[in-house]
Amino acid sequence: MNIIEHVGSFTKLMKLTLTIPDRWSMFGRQYVREIMKLGIDSIFIDIIISLFIGMAITIQMKLNMSNPILPGYLTGLAVRDTLLLEFSPTILCLILAGKVGSNIASEIGTMRITEQIDAIDIMGINSANYLILPKITAFISVIPSLVIISIFAGILGGLGVAEFTDTITVTEYTQGIQYSFVPFYVTYAIIKSMVFAFIISSVASYYGYTVKGGALEVGKNSTKAVVNSSIIILGSNFMLTKLLLT
Amino acid sequence: MIEVKNVSKSFHDGVKVLDNINTVFETGKTNLIIGQSGSGKTVLMKSTVGIHKVDEGHILYDGRDITKMNDNQIKMMHREIGMLFQGSALFDSMTVLENVMFPLDMFSDMDADAKRDRAIECLERVDLKRAIDLFPAEISGGMQKRAAIARAIVLNPKYLFCDEPNSGLDPKTSLMIDRLIQEITHEFNITTIINTHDMNSVMEIGENIVFIYKGQKGWQGNKDQVYDTGCQPLEDLIFASELYKKIKKAHFTLKD
Ligand SMILES: Nc1ncnc2c1ncn2[C@@H]1O[C@H](COP(=O)(O)OP(=O)(O)OP(=O)(O)O)[C@@H](O)[C@H]1O
Ligand SMILES: [Mg+2]
Repeated sequence: MNIIEHVGSFTKLMKLTLTIPDRWSMFGRQYVREIMKLGIDSIFIDIIISLFIGMAITIQMKLNMSNPILPGYLTGLAVRDTLLLEFSPTILCLILAGKVGSNIASEIGTMRITEQIDAIDIMGINSANYLILPKITAFISVIPSLVIISIFAGILGGLGVAEFTDTITVTEYTQGIQYSFVPFYVTYAIIKSMVFAFIISSVASYYGYTVKGGALEVGKNSTKAVVNSSIIILGSNFMLTKLLLT
Repeated sequence: MIEVKNVSKSFHDGVKVLDNINTVFETGKTNLIIGQSGSGKTVLMKSTVGIHKVDEGHILYDGRDITKMNDNQIKMMHREIGMLFQGSALFDSMTVLENVMFPLDMFSDMDADAKRDRAIECLERVDLKRAIDLFPAEISGGMQKRAAIARAIVLNPKYLFCDEPNSGLDPKTSLMIDRLIQEITHEFNITTIINTHDMNSVMEIGENIVFIYKGQKGWQGNKDQVYDTGCQPLEDLIFASELYKKIKKAHFTLKD
């Protein structure tokens, strides 16, 4: 299939997916399940990587800004804005594209090859809507919290570096964290991450839903899901940044 | 009663997988579709339920033509259909009981207890009550088939489709599944269509047999007529079966 065919069948699948659920109580049940699986289960990895990244950026920023002419608070400020603008919304989503994307694609793909999806369809249920919509909506609704948690964890990581090493003083760091804060950056981060959450969950669902063949193809398609959603995320990151920040 | 009228179907390559099929599947009977692998049985079944759109012809469910229905009407039609898939197709993430309750959760307005009771009733019918809290991965293939039967009948379907219900089962379990399907068909007066290449099933429950050969209907009749069909490809299929070999052997042993 070429790109145009993929876009065509992706659009067709989304048209089936983004419809009113047959039964709201069933949707609610699935939605809660997905919040658990895609959101709550990602908190741990979210915190760990953000802590480490926050620590690393703090050290690097300090090294780059070791010139005595530059004010000491610059490091904290740079750490904060890097986390806010790029790491927490974009890089975190790239990592989650690996975790969540492959999870979604392999789950739906397995259901496809074992005829579970046919079974749903033949009951007179819109299988795309039943399976995919809860995943997309659940992931979009948990991603802002994951991003906020990541920002805080990253800043905390930097604080740890300030506290326990002699790279930078705590006063300098905390002063920088608070210096000329732009609230819109938070909005920007959240909007961006919600777009990425849609990309991850819908692209992964698409690759899962359209698997043909056996277990091998499920594996191949979940790899494709991760690779392609990562590319789309980075492409749209550039466009969103241009659109929202300039 | 399901009437299949002049149905033809081809895929992208243009080869006619089904070529002008005419047949009737009768109510309250086990209707068997038999034929060699690749002859088009599954395509006929999937065309009949509307998963494949046919190129030509009509399919009437008690007079209602599924080929003329829009997607929404087909969806409503599907609620009268139960289907048993080759690999059982139970939902991995749900227990046996939850699997059987799923169609009720989706469509019925009963309260939670009534749904549970109805699901358990169906599981008792297929003799699976002790496995209700297990997951599909924890039960045997034959039990999975039975759970799938319970799920297929929980909403009292008027039509039941079974794609190779015996695949992957030993002969004794196969026989049990066949009989179970037949009993349910009679008990609830369902129009049942079974796809099979198992000759044991043919001899056991073949109340109405449709033989498909290279996309065409080669023969139609019941199990008592199947030995004397005058249809060479069907006789070849019968002669190749283990059951026939056994009968022949017994016959010669008797004569000697
Ligand atoms: N989706 C499809 N696209 C193209 N060709 C198909 C499709 N489905 C089936 N066919 C072709 O139709 C023919 C009949 O296939 P079908 O699955 O109906 O056989 P069958 O009688 O069910 O065989 P088996 O007993 O092995 O299940 C085969 O040649 C197959 O290649
Ligand atoms: Mg088949």
